[in-house]
Amino acid sequence: MAVPVPMLALSPTMTEGTIAAWKFKEGDEIKRGAVLCEVETDKAVMDYEAGAQGTLLKIVAPAGSSVKVGDLIAVIGTKGEDITSILAQASAGPQTPSPSSGPSQPAKVEETTKPVPISRETLPAAREAPGRAIIQEERPASAPVFQSGIAPSSPLARKLAQQAGIDLRQLQGSGPGGRIVKRDISRYLDSLTAVQGTAAQKSGVQGPVTPAAASLNAPMDRSIPVSRLRQTIARRLGESMREAPHFYLRMAIDMEHLINLRTSYNQARKDGFSISFNAIFMKLAAMAITKHPQINSTWLGDRILLHSQIDMALAVALEEGLVAPVVRDCAHKGIEEIERDLRDLIARAKDGNLKPEDYEGATFTISNLGAWGVEEFTAIINPPGSAILALGAIKKEPVVRTDSQGQDSIVIRPMLRATLSSDHRTIDGAVAAAFMKDLAAIWEDPAKALF
Amino acid sequence: MAIITYREALNRALDEEMARDPSVFLMGEEVAEYDGAYKVSKGLLAKYGPKRVIDTPITELGFTGIGVGAAQVGLRPVIEWMTHNFALLALDQVVNNAAKMRYMSGGRFKMPIVFRGPNGPAEFLAAQHSQSFASYWAHIPGLKVVAPAFPADAYGLLKSAIRDDDPVVVLEAEMLYGTSGEVPDEETLVPIGKANVLRTGSDVTLISFSKPVRYCLEAAAELDKEGISAEVIDMRSLRPLDMARVYQSIEKTNRAVVVDEAWPLASVGSHIAYAISHDRFDLLDAPVELVASHDVPMPYNHQLELEVQPGVKKIISAVKRVLYLE
Repeated sequence: MAVPVPMLALSPTMTEGTIAAWKFKEGDEIKRGAVLCEVETDKAVMDYEAGAQGTLLKIVAPAGSSVKVGDLIAVIGTKGEDITSILAQASAGPQTPSPSSGPSQPAKVEETTKPVPISRETLPAAREAPGRAIIQEERPASAPVFQSGIAPSSPLARKLAQQAGIDLRQLQGSGPGGRIVKRDISRYLDSLTAVQGTAAQKSGVQGPVTPAAASLNAPMDRSIPVSRLRQTIARRLGESMREAPHFYLRMAIDMEHLINLRTSYNQARKDGFSISFNAIFMKLAAMAITKHPQINSTWLGDRILLHSQIDMALAVALEEGLVAPVVRDCAHKGIEEIERDLRDLIARAKDGNLKPEDYEGATFTISNLGAWGVEEFTAIINPPGSAILALGAIKKEPVVRTDSQGQDSIVIRPMLRATLSSDHRTIDGAVAAAFMKDLAAIWEDPAKALF
Repeated sequence: MAIITYREALNRALDEEMARDPSVFLMGEEVAEYDGAYKVSKGLLAKYGPKRVIDTPITELGFTGIGVGAAQVGLRPVIEWMTHNFALLALDQVVNNAAKMRYMSGGRFKMPIVFRGPNGPAEFLAAQHSQSFASYWAHIPGLKVVAPAFPADAYGLLKSAIRDDDPVVVLEAEMLYGTSGEVPDEETLVPIGKANVLRTGSDVTLISFSKPVRYCLEAAAELDKEGISAEVIDMRSLRPLDMARVYQSIEKTNRAVVVDEAWPLASVGSHIAYAISHDRFDLLDAPVELVASHDVPMPYNHQLELEVQPGVKKIISAVKRVLYLE
């Protein structure tokens, strides 16, 4: 029987995926579990494993097409089978909700998002096992298959998986309907121990992996499944650090004027609105960048792209990891507008509602760890930008100043240390130094931005 | 320790309690002159006389109500129902008077009464006289309910029931009266509300009460031959239920099969299965199985009447389901 292959939610938040590449062509034989295609979500490329077995009868969504979760991407079945009804159903689009499928559930989703691998036919039909209470006539022959495409699992298996840090998606369930049960977790842990044991032998590491590591009851090292976000962070920052030759310039900047600017502005506002240092930093950094266009560039291998617009990202720490939402065209926005953009972006970042266009394509980035009391640090460049500015805390310190008579004195000033990481492929040391000089000058006296 | 029958164990408990406390008396159909329909009261009339061993007319609601009134004013009646099938006629006295008097009087009236008699399927008794009403009583707040499966528990629980100041329903079983077992020679009380682990095991917990407990033990012995280690818990009391003891076992086995010879809907067994699923959800590796009687009136045909009830084969099959072996 031909089965529709729907786009699955490969992460809890995924609503749509792009087919990056098909690993099979129409007519190929597909084994269950084979990587059918690669699906690009907003943050990563994931393998889509076939849930059904048979011939790939039709690729509905070619590589490059973007498909909503639940929509048809292919049909698997027996060679020569008639699949027109499946195709017709798919092209009919979402229908009005049927009364039985609940008010918020389009009927079509009901039908197509079930990852058909476990059809009733593959299971012993409604077992007439003795001892079954007759009252429960409607007991399904298989465990429920969830719309998310996540395999069913017993409560105990879920708890054990959580304790052991196992991603249940990595497991094949041996229970009815593919339910993952305790013995599947035990087997998986056993296989891990075996692998670790082999690895330890190969590397000549002394001390074998203790059996306790595979025991469900003993305390053990936890492996935490890597989220899509973390995979992205790891890949992008790894690439940046490996490929972009970083160099670092640091300056101490007197913040008195900026502090006064912010305080007087916020006090003058009577409606409770206030501006943050970050909004001021971004605006004034943008003003410095306009004088040094190389800072706002991207290395393209055979050429350097000088961006016409300054799209500045601000690194924001979330529980799940780092995101850097982008305020577009900072040079032409006022501080108030930047503040409003930031608030919106940060709020949505915290809710997990950032769209790709909210964080992609930063030409320059600011990372501010001042709130944690960090005095100074260096940051990894956030591609496609060529530079990132790392800001420490504003802290009062003794500073030597020379007055107009050439007299030195020690004064207490609120200082901030700003460290610029630059990609030497696009930015030379002198260019970065000139930029930092102007940046410091503008931050110490914002009026200089006007010249 | 003497080996005596379930019937003799009940008789000994009645005898000892009547000797100990002159306010205890036995009342019911045929309990005196005939020594009881199932001979549980054998010899008691001769020993305690017609004022304390009283034959009643065939009027369940009437003599049950007289018992409730007697308990309310300080006596300790033991009401024998010839079977629980006939006790249906007395439901109102038990549910609305015995179970609630203490509550409704603000604790001023105690209700030290025992209702006892055989319950559950027997043999060749057909639809009207072969059925389990355990859930009818267990359903009612204010009652205590016990269902012993062995002579020692029948003895010890009936004694506890007679001494209890609340109304206690004792579910005996016709098929158990003739079964034998060890009963301590010294006077022993079995506490109400305590389950008994009859067999320890690590793979699955079998939970039952009354007659099917014996099937569970047989099933466990069979399973043992296949290398499956089953723990068997005899609930003994149905109200209150000793779920703590059950949970202790589930923590070890992660799987449960509940066996109840009543019908499946709203039974004591279905409640136990619900409680496990709810309270120990994260510990379960498989849905709790309920082995119940088929949802039909008891057939007269002997093959069919055996077929509709829980039995060893059905229990083994359920165990294999929760172990994902079937």
